[in-house]
Order: sequence, then structure tokens, then C-alpha cells
Amino acid sequence: MIRFEGVSKRYLTRTALDAVDLELHPYQVIGVVGENGSGKSTMLKLITGLARPTSGQVHVDGEPVTRRIASKVAYLSELETFYPFHTVEETVQFHASQFPDFDRARAREIMAFMGLDPDAKVKNLSKGNRGRVKLMVTLARNAPYILMDEPLSGLDPMVRDSIIKGLISFVDLEKQTVVITTHEVNEIEPLLDTVVAIRQGHLLKVEDVDTLRGETGLSLAEWMTQTYAGNES
Amino acid sequence: MKPNFQHSSPIYLQLSDRIQRQILRGELKPGEKLPSVREMAMFSQVNPNTVQRTYNELERMGIVETRRGQGTFITEDAARLNALRDDLRQRQIATFVEAMEEMGFHSQEILTGLETYLNKHKGSDQD
Repeated sequence: MIRFEGVSKRYLTRTALDAVDLELHPYQVIGVVGENGSGKSTMLKLITGLARPTSGQVHVDGEPVTRRIASKVAYLSELETFYPFHTVEETVQFHASQFPDFDRARAREIMAFMGLDPDAKVKNLSKGNRGRVKLMVTLARNAPYILMDEPLSGLDPMVRDSIIKGLISFVDLEKQTVVITTHEVNEIEPLLDTVVAIRQGHLLKVEDVDTLRGETGLSLAEWMTQTYAGNES
Repeated sequence: MKPNFQHSSPIYLQLSDRIQRQILRGELKPGEKLPSVREMAMFSQVNPNTVQRTYNELERMGIVETRRGQGTFITEDAARLNALRDDLRQRQIATFVEAMEEMGFHSQEILTGLETYLNKHKGSDQD
């Protein structure tokens, strides 16, 4: 379980998250949604130990988060974090050397599934294929928590489709929990068990997605448009 | 092909409706094995937990049965499947009649309208 207790995060004068209390139960797919700058990425970074709360505490499976939580948490960054001179295969080797839970056989399977050429240099790949490589090295880990920051952002519909399929095929929800931030709410919605909606650093709602649909008669995107517009004033 | 879902109702129920319709159309036969949760998740592009929820719901309704270690199968209970056929027909008629009444049509108008439509429909089928 991931737990936030009174967590605030400020960057100099800007408050990214304000007094967030939150419990996320394991073995499901959790979507973190909100506008740009609402605190989605900050929330993921706090779970990976890449950022530390200004106040409050974040726990993963009862353990306070430090940078060493990386052994339990696989993180797909919004940024490109590869060595451009590596080939796809060398990228796999490198990740395997960094994470004991990295499963090379699974990496090969995902590589084949995504149609990636192991000998291609990362710097020569299209943006879509770099997105696929990112997903591959993230999902090849047998980590109990998989965090993905905007995995679909800026990619064309075919690539988004293959990433969504890859996610369904290679995540084991009997053992793993996925937390995903996204703008592509319509595409991601059928994958989600739970949605966490945040707005300007405040937690708006944590809800089972099918319950939300059943109670409001709205899709997640429609609900967001309504809620976020309604809160303006 | 990716089946789309409507916005307004829970996905697990929509998936359950879809399977029920496939059974009525005979695309899924009594005793037939349903795809595994993961296969169904891949095909429908939904979360495996959602598929599991759908299968649980269908099992609760007595339409499918899970055999340990083997998978999920359509029931061979003919009475249950007939009841399902009646249920779905009743449900669809209720939706239709409700919509017609909302527009102010009376029973007799609905009946004659339906009759005319069906006759015309039959005629065009034979062309």
C-alpha cells in the first residue's frame, strides 16, 4: 500500500502539493489525473523518492520512502533517461545491471511484442519507439510498484495503442500495482480501477472508476471537465 | 479491432451485456469456454481486474461457471439461458416503451407503429 500522510511539497515559493492524505491499495491500476501543474508528477516523484516532502510522510508498504525504495518501485520518467549511444540491447543490459529484479527474458518478450530492433541505436529511434523502449525497461522489472509519468504523451495513436496493449499484457495485477499519470484520459480510462483527481496541489477525489461512472453517468473525461470547470469561479 | 465503450455506465456491466448478447446470438454456445481474463482484457483493452469483475457478475447471475484450474464456461443450464433471453427482451422492451411514453405516445400508437415498422422491415428483407 502507498500512503501519504499530510504531505506537502513546495518548490521555493510554489506549492505543488498541499496537505495530501491518501491511501492507495495494491494490485490495481491507479490513474492520477489533473491539469498541467496540478501536482501529478510531484506525487509520483514523492513515491519514488526522487523528491522529498517539505512536510508529512510517504510510506510504501509501511516503509518510509527514501531513494532506496527504487528496489520496489519501477519508474517511467516523463523525460528521456537513456544513453543515446546505447543500442536497445545495451539499454536492456544497462538496466539489468542496475536492478536485481530486472527480467531479461521478459524484456526480450516485450521487445518482440513491440517490434523493437535490439541492434538499433537509441538516438536513431523515432520518438514512438523511444516511448516503447521506456515501457519495455519499466515493465521488464518484477517490481511490486510500477509508476509511469505520462507514458502516452506526445505519441501517435498507433504507438499509444501498442503501449496500452503492452501494459495489459505484461503487468501482473496479482503481484503488481500500477500508478499512471496522464492527460489521455479517454484512452486510459478502460484500464483504470481507481482514479485520483488533483487540482492545484489539492486532492479532489479518490474513487473507483466504475463507481464514478455508475453514480454520475459520466465518463471520467466528462466528469473532469465538469468538476474542474465547476471549481473555477 | 477495439470495441468501444459508452461513457455512461460501468465498463464491467457493458462487458457483461456484450457477453450476454453473444450468448443469445449463439456466438457463444452453452458449455463453451470463455477467453481467459487476460485474453479478454487484451481483446477489449480493459484492465484485467475489470474482466474479473465481469466474470464474477456473470457467475453470480448463474450464466457462467468457473471450474477451478480450467477457466470460465458458459452454463449448460438451458432453463437459465431461456430466462436470460426473456430478461433481456423484457429489458429492451421496457427501455423502448419508456422512451416512447416520454414522447407522449400511447400504447395503441406504439403497437401500430411497431407493427407497421416490422412489416416494412420484413418487406425490405425479402427484396
